Amino acid sequence: MNSVYRSTAAFSSGLNRSARYTWAATNQSYLNICPAVKPQDTMVQWTADERAAIQGVFATLDYESVGRESLARCLVVYPWTQRYFGGFGNLYNAEAIMANPKVAAHGTVVLQGLEKALKNMDDIKNTYTTLSELHSEKLLVDPGNFQLLADCLTMVIAKRMRTEFTPDIQAAWQKFLSVVISALRRQYH
Amino acid sequence: MSLTAKDKAADKALWAKISGKADDIGHDALSRMLAVYPQTKTYFSHWKDLSPGSAPVRKHGKTVMTGVGEAVSKIDDLTNGLLSLSELHAFRLRVDPTNFKILSHNILVVLAILFPTDFTPEAHVAMDKFLSALSLALSEKYR
Repeated sequence: MNSVYRSTAAFSSGLNRSARYTWAATNQSYLNICPAVKPQDTMVQWTADERAAIQGVFATLDYESVGRESLARCLVVYPWTQRYFGGFGNLYNAEAIMANPKVAAHGTVVLQGLEKALKNMDDIKNTYTTLSELHSEKLLVDPGNFQLLADCLTMVIAKRMRTEFTPDIQAAWQKFLSVVISALRRQYH
Repeated sequence: MSLTAKDKAADKALWAKISGKADDIGHDALSRMLAVYPQTKTYFSHWKDLSPGSAPVRKHGKTVMTGVGEAVSKIDDLTNGLLSLSELHAFRLRVDPTNFKILSHNILVVLAILFPTDFTPEAHVAMDKFLSALSLALSEKYR
């Protein structure tokens, strides 16, 4: 990809703004001490509660089932995302998509990729260098789609955890996803 | 991405199932919006208490869902049906329209939590489209 890619959906996404807002709010004093440090060079800070919340969410996840439903929903709710899955066979309607074995297999792959971020929460940025290059150079995925899949994953988790998916846990989870998305976008140029 | 006849039917059917809990939905969605997207709190500096369960959050959740219900009844012409609500948001409240997307997202999360079996992929896409159309109609008078 030769051009800097900004999709309207991702640019106006409340999640990116929230991540930046949270960073700025928690790092005001740091900025005053080291003004030469650019915000994008600083590590993401996780509170103990946030780590616990994110690990807690992962503990509930059956990767195959959640992966399948999340990817399937993404293909149904945002049908233009089907452009990346031309070799997947029957995607003609919601039932076909939900039952498609290639969708199921790929959903699991996505969740396994997210697990890498969970296991390296303090350096998701570098953990995802190869994945980011893969998505930008080889798969040529519009990064705006990362937010769409992330939102569907959040819905599926909400559906399964129900009231245990409290607003605070949702906040931590969405912060995690926004860091993952940011890391995936990093190698695009 | 306008609403097809199938979308409208799905939205009305889902609304019929969920409208009984409209107040709870509004309250929960607002609470989540304020917790997950703290920048939205800037619109509510006049409230003493922004925590989930507080009186202003409950009351406002109800107000918002009344508006959503009104939109469902005017689903065949949202732009004209919501003109006065659009004027309210554009000239008096002056809410940045990107926030409509944020609240819509949280309404969908709450629907997934409270109505897991009804929130099928088909219902999900129909409701996502409806909330987008609603947001667009609300933005009509902005400029």
